[in-house]
Amino acid sequence: MSRIQELFNRKNKKILNVYCTAGYPELDSTLEVMKALQDSGADLIELGMPYSDPLADGPIIQESSSIALKNGMTISRLFKQLKDFRTDAAAGGAGIHVPVVLMGYLNPILQYGFERFCADAEAVGIDGLILPDLPIYEFETEYGEIIKKHNLDFVFLVTPETSAERIKKLDSLSSGFLYAVSSSSTTGKNKEFASAEQYLQKLASLNLKNPVLVGFGIRDRETFEAACKHTNGAIIGSAYIKALSNSSNVQEATKEFLESILTEE
Amino acid sequence: MDHKVSYQRPNEQGYYGRFGGAFIPEMLHPNVKELQERYLDIMYDAAFQKEYTELLRDYVGRPTPLYFAKRLSAQYNTNIYLKREDLCHTGAHKVNNTVGQILLAQRLGKKRIIAETGAGQHGVATATVCALKGMECIVYMGEKDIERQAPNVARMKMLGATVIPATSGSKTLKDATNEAIRDWINNPTDTHYIIGSVVGPHPYPDMVARFQSIISEETRWQLKTKTGSELPDYVMACVGGGSNAAGAFYNFLDEPTVKIVAVEAGGMGIESGMSAATTRLGKPGILHGSKSLVMQTEDGQVVEPHSISAGLDYPGIGPLHAHLFDSGRGTFLHATDDEALEAAFQLAKLEGIIPALESSHALSALKQIQFKQNEVVVVCLSGRGDKDLATYMKAMGVHSNEVTG
Repeated sequence: MSRIQELFNRKNKKILNVYCTAGYPELDSTLEVMKALQDSGADLIELGMPYSDPLADGPIIQESSSIALKNGMTISRLFKQLKDFRTDAAAGGAGIHVPVVLMGYLNPILQYGFERFCADAEAVGIDGLILPDLPIYEFETEYGEIIKKHNLDFVFLVTPETSAERIKKLDSLSSGFLYAVSSSSTTGKNKEFASAEQYLQKLASLNLKNPVLVGFGIRDRETFEAACKHTNGAIIGSAYIKALSNSSNVQEATKEFLESILTEE
Repeated sequence: MDHKVSYQRPNEQGYYGRFGGAFIPEMLHPNVKELQERYLDIMYDAAFQKEYTELLRDYVGRPTPLYFAKRLSAQYNTNIYLKREDLCHTGAHKVNNTVGQILLAQRLGKKRIIAETGAGQHGVATATVCALKGMECIVYMGEKDIERQAPNVARMKMLGATVIPATSGSKTLKDATNEAIRDWINNPTDTHYIIGSVVGPHPYPDMVARFQSIISEETRWQLKTKTGSELPDYVMACVGGGSNAAGAFYNFLDEPTVKIVAVEAGGMGIESGMSAATTRLGKPGILHGSKSLVMQTEDGQVVEPHSISAGLDYPGIGPLHAHLFDSGRGTFLHATDDEALEAAFQLAKLEGIIPALESSHALSALKQIQFKQNEVVVVCLSGRGDKDLATYMKAMGVHSNEVTG
């Protein structure tokens, strides 16, 4: 059973998945950020691999990607950083045990070598992949098998414009969870979240095989609660990156931010 | 004609050989799927064809002349014909595509048009057809390009378009394209994205190539009248993304006797680190929704190319062209900034035509080929040089304020 499935077996409500950019804010702060997220209550981590042309991302995440690239972040570098991230702190590792999915765009992965990428991800202890620009056709004809061979979950996105039939198809191809984009937008857009409720109800009624996590536009306790009402949890990205960018202390900023999301008033 | 292999059309998934496809996030799926399903039916509907043809004739000014350049021909001891796309309304071939796509957008029920632009030619051509049809027009343009191309920015504004600066990344065409795609993601129902080149996810490369194919369609019958044969020995065009080249080559691609020559921007030289010659410097990769040749770092980050011509300053190349290169059907040459300038001055002096810097790259490659005296060479003169006057004045050693002040 995959680490992600184990998580959902243990806890299937109010799952908090937080996005961070590898190599941001400092080249070598990747593990520090991940550790701070785990310690502050994140159930799952979506680790973004920076790319020069991130089409699905809004300005905040793109800016963090640009800084990470300027810092010198690469996929090779990332796998070096992640080498011992599953090892317990007592044995000299980072001691991160929450599931981690890598999010990124296809081009840098193709240059690294797709199979080599999957093998290295599996070897360091990555649990799954989110590749927004890998479409169904390519997944089914070429890449899906490689991903499966290396025991990685693969998460497709669905949006309010996706038909029920297509949602079922994307659900059947996904494993781990399904990523429900709350509105048709790039990340970090503060569209009215309430309008998403009907769509999330529709998802809940489809009897999907995967848990559903909602992303895009989740930025505070209110939107987190709203997202969790009909689904298994939510993904926060831009709002967290913004919090990191306003602070010089990763641990403090992370603790404070996650508390603001999770603490009952 | 060889019916076994057609170089013109991609397969159902939008692939030309190993290049093409539609690598798009799910958020774009409804828009792209709608286009994939409907573009051919709409384009080849009789009423559409009638309106498109009439606009090309009465508004754009087609057919554009195929001009026998006598003094230029004497220079190269062969027979050079210039396909005068520079005489199109708005000054370049770009309008062939925007006229087609605005009619398509109307039939899709779209109310709002977005576009990306580098030098501003495609932005102007889009703003023009939006004014013509009374549609809202938003053009994304890199912040740096807005500074460099002030006259075209003014033209777009005068035509009623909103020009939004792309401030991300390198602040040029590549980033303007990213911003336009993001706009499309954020406006999934009422907006049509008019891509200006044969790039982007399927069906854009095929759709834009078809709209531009009027160039070679006319060339064939014009050549027949002038030379007795529809087929030249060579067709030459410059390639950035590759829309004028796609149009100039299209109806000759499946004629094996016609040599296809694409000319890329060599910038300050292939090895200089300041070049846009994608077939020399690129590797297979994915950019703006399709698999093609892409200039990128070892780590797969897309790099910023350089060319003196803003229209060729793109780190990729349409998948159709990547396949022409891959398969050997096309010959890919390049011309440097200096060589393009030289060719521009040569044409101005020999023929009284001031070409766009983009087209000057195609002209420059004439000297790289050994033509025979009886051969027929068609060069696509994709645009006129008015927009490049500042660069030309600089090359003449004249400061622009001395001329205009």
